[in-house]
Amino acid sequence: MLAYLTLLLVCQLIGEVIARLAGLPVPGPVLGMVILFAGLLLNGGLPDGLEKVGGALLEHLSLLFVPAGVGVMTHLSLVRAEWVPITAALLASTVITIAVTALVMRGIERLGAGAGAGDER
Amino acid sequence: MSDLQDIWVYLAASPLLGLTVTLLAYQGGLWLYERSRRHPLLNPVLLAVLALVALLHLTGTDYRTYFEGAQFVHFLLGPATVALAIPLYRQIHALRRSLAAVLVAIVCGSLTAAASAVGIAWALGASREVLLSLAPKSVTSPIAMGIAEQLGGVPSLTAVFVILTGITGAVLGTWTLNALRVRDWRARGLAVGVAAHGIGTARALQVNEVAGAFAGLAMGLNGVATAVLLPLAAQAVLYLAR
Repeated sequence: MLAYLTLLLVCQLIGEVIARLAGLPVPGPVLGMVILFAGLLLNGGLPDGLEKVGGALLEHLSLLFVPAGVGVMTHLSLVRAEWVPITAALLASTVITIAVTALVMRGIERLGAGAGAGDER
Repeated sequence: MSDLQDIWVYLAASPLLGLTVTLLAYQGGLWLYERSRRHPLLNPVLLAVLALVALLHLTGTDYRTYFEGAQFVHFLLGPATVALAIPLYRQIHALRRSLAAVLVAIVCGSLTAAASAVGIAWALGASREVLLSLAPKSVTSPIAMGIAEQLGGVPSLTAVFVILTGITGAVLGTWTLNALRVRDWRARGLAVGVAAHGIGTARALQVNEVAGAFAGLAMGLNGVATAVLLPLAAQAVLYLAR
């Protein structure tokens, strides 16, 4: 367990270093995720211990954004002042994004349906 | 009475209190969520944040003092983001089968999410701070906060927008997809995962297993796609506006 927790931190650390050194516009942990993904592909399997550690972290993923969410208290006046554009943007944008993504996916799958990848399933 | 005062002064200065109330508030939120049979509006994060903001206000505690304890939870966002490679890897076979459609749909969704949110808020007169914080709102929060920081937005504001977006997607997703008559579970899951990250994925998993798997996949890939595309798009917009 400890070894795999260390592995996650090492991936994150390498990600941070690469992002800084190369001046990449990607957060370090995201690069760490790509590195781990590449490592899993090379390894050709998912070690049990990693699945356990990752599962423990991801099971309560939503807890991890509570402290940052509480930070809204430092922006209450901003949110109060701009609640109309914020509410409109969140509601409309979410519905539009769901529609666009689903329709594009369906459109391309239908194009490829002749080649064998059907709509069933 | 002065003893109590002493204890309070001691506790308020140590990180133990901030950490403990965070865990208590979240578990309280989780309990209510389960009791309501997972009603999307009773999202545990939303409940915990509301309870903690109220508590800090009542006790006159500032955010920085609270964060000294809460930072131990906050820190885990980094390794948790790295761990998102695990569900991504589990979906590798499903991914290989419809790779082209999945990638194109995610890139379109990623750009649509940012452009529509920023466009609508800009048209209604939102400030630059709010616009930059809104742009990554469809991405899972550890990545979204990193992107917001990079763009010059406010990460904590983004975290709140991310949660509200997730709840919106979980509530309106089924309705939107039914109205469009999208019946393919892969497309339905993908759409909810792109638009509403982990909260949408949790919802999709309850409805259908294939939808849940594709939602999780979309959440991870959309995080990467947006982290790469959004800063580039922002630079392009700033360049053109000059």
